[in-house]
Amino acid sequence: MSDYNFAYLDEQTKRMIRRAILKGLAIPGYQVPFASREMPMPYGWGTGGVQVSAAVMTPDDRFKVIDQGADDTTNAVSIRTFFERTAGVATTTKTSEASVIQTRHRIPEERLSEGQILVYQVPIPEPLQFLEPRESETRKMHSLEEYGLMHVKLYEDISRHGHIATSYDYPVKVEGRYVMDPSPIPKFDNPKLGDMAAIQLFGAGREQRIYALPPYTQVVSLDFEDHPFEASKPDHPCAMCGAENSYLDEVITDDTGGRMFVCSDTDFCEARQAAGNTGTMNGRDAA
Amino acid sequence: MYVAVKGGERAIENAHAWLVEERRGDTSVSELNIAQIREQLALAVNRVMAEGSLYDPDLAALAIKQARGDLIEAIFLIRAYRTTLPRFGASLPIDTGRMACDRRISATFKDLPGGQVLGPTFDYTHRLLDFKLAAEGEVPEAATREATPGDVPHVAEFLNHGGLIEEARHNDTTPPDLTREPLEMPAERSLRLQALTRADEGFTLGMAYSTQRGYARNHAFVGELRIGAVPVEMDIPELGFSIEIGEVTLTECETVNQFTGSKSEPPQFTRGYGLVFGQTERKAISMALVDRALRWEELGEEDEGAPAQDAEFVLYHADNIQATGFLEHIKLPHYVDFQAELELVRKLREEAGANTAREAAE
Repeated sequence: MSDYNFAYLDEQTKRMIRRAILKGLAIPGYQVPFASREMPMPYGWGTGGVQVSAAVMTPDDRFKVIDQGADDTTNAVSIRTFFERTAGVATTTKTSEASVIQTRHRIPEERLSEGQILVYQVPIPEPLQFLEPRESETRKMHSLEEYGLMHVKLYEDISRHGHIATSYDYPVKVEGRYVMDPSPIPKFDNPKLGDMAAIQLFGAGREQRIYALPPYTQVVSLDFEDHPFEASKPDHPCAMCGAENSYLDEVITDDTGGRMFVCSDTDFCEARQAAGNTGTMNGRDAA
Repeated sequence: MYVAVKGGERAIENAHAWLVEERRGDTSVSELNIAQIREQLALAVNRVMAEGSLYDPDLAALAIKQARGDLIEAIFLIRAYRTTLPRFGASLPIDTGRMACDRRISATFKDLPGGQVLGPTFDYTHRLLDFKLAAEGEVPEAATREATPGDVPHVAEFLNHGGLIEEARHNDTTPPDLTREPLEMPAERSLRLQALTRADEGFTLGMAYSTQRGYARNHAFVGELRIGAVPVEMDIPELGFSIEIGEVTLTECETVNQFTGSKSEPPQFTRGYGLVFGQTERKAISMALVDRALRWEELGEEDEGAPAQDAEFVLYHADNIQATGFLEHIKLPHYVDFQAELELVRKLREEAGANTAREAAE
């Protein structure tokens, strides 16, 4: 891959993306249009995140990629390999060791610290899109802070189901101004968005938008006084590490309804197991 | 027993190796080479160049081979390659009036300056499988004649002399560049045409067809369709003048559409325009129809709410690389979101069950 520039993109393109990132950081939650490039992986597979990572990456960085919380899912492997080949940066699976973390659908369980950058892959950056598909309209709604439609939708959920029927991709309001799509993270992760020490960058390649949350930004999940937001998760401990407060994947273990719950954040789970924590179905323990 | 899902890296490597093997197929059959694809599957090559937005028949042929004949995959390879190429500058606008036409037909005039030239077309072939092609053999030579020298004037200009067709307003401003700036609405015509020329052929065809069937009906005559090579010139700053740097084969279609006049325009014919790399006439005609449908606003026509009139709908869904990527991404794991939905549905069902039980008890 020596024919390509460091981290694949040419410097002019990176400069253009960095400008969009800076603008995004200056106006938290605002979607900045940028001239997204075709990447050698398909749209919808993290091209926005990859472009943002490429634009912020330096040769000294240590890079981590997770998909569904795991470092070893196929697309996470593919993106990590891409940067190993095109940028030659060091990679890691340890959340605390990484300086840049690209993620799809999760925020790591471990608290991030200052100096770290969390890059989200975003499929649909526009939180209002499913209420109003026209971008020309949604842009107006954002500029006029006209978010009534969103509240009506949430209210209709409550009147129909008794709950807000959104379990992931749950909309938030940033610094009391922009309603923002947090990407399809489970709403369990929403409370981590606010007041985070790390920089959070959101890249939507196909939709050509970048937005950002600077460190320690106020992020509030939309709700009503009588129906407050609730970060939910499966009501079990992790079967491998026993964690009570981490987000869990459900794994089907046989064809007679057997199932177990394990941490979706593999690094978190492994670190806990290494520290001697164990769950009910951990093989080492059962043996 | 649960085994932590590991081995993504090896799975990918093995899948790639298998793919390479499948691409080659039965090794007792001789391997395709790039020149064969370029020469014998030229229309596939043309489509890949057009929608890949890169005029290079050899690279397009390579992409088709690498993609095992999946043209959208091949287009993707070309797009991803194109985006890494440095830009030396922009060519001067090409002049399709100077085209060396292989084909030039008009459906509006029986005869006209420049003549009707059918060229290498499927149009009047009977679609009968030619079993002789299954055997390899020599091809009989086609008849030839001297090319008529000189430029071939555009049909629309004949109509323009009498003011019967809308004036195509001359505009010297540099058009926006879809590949360097994000697509934003409302999109002016030059931007719409850029998006349409690289748009998916099937999507464009479907949109165009819908206008013929009454969704924003605007009957189109093919005023002219021409296919041929045009020279590409570029200003070289060091030289201080422009030189010809090569030529590209293009398909250009100009439609003449009915128009009865509106509050702002007198009755006259209107235009739709299509221009596409290579011999790609289905695409060029479709593009012209969709272009015309999208012009309803500037021509003071009514918004019928038809899909082909809706620039946001058409332009945001016409790119097959965007579409296929997003469509196929649903193959990626979604455990986390699905888990969240599972929890929610279980909770809602539990509550519904409790309510029913309570009502039954009452």
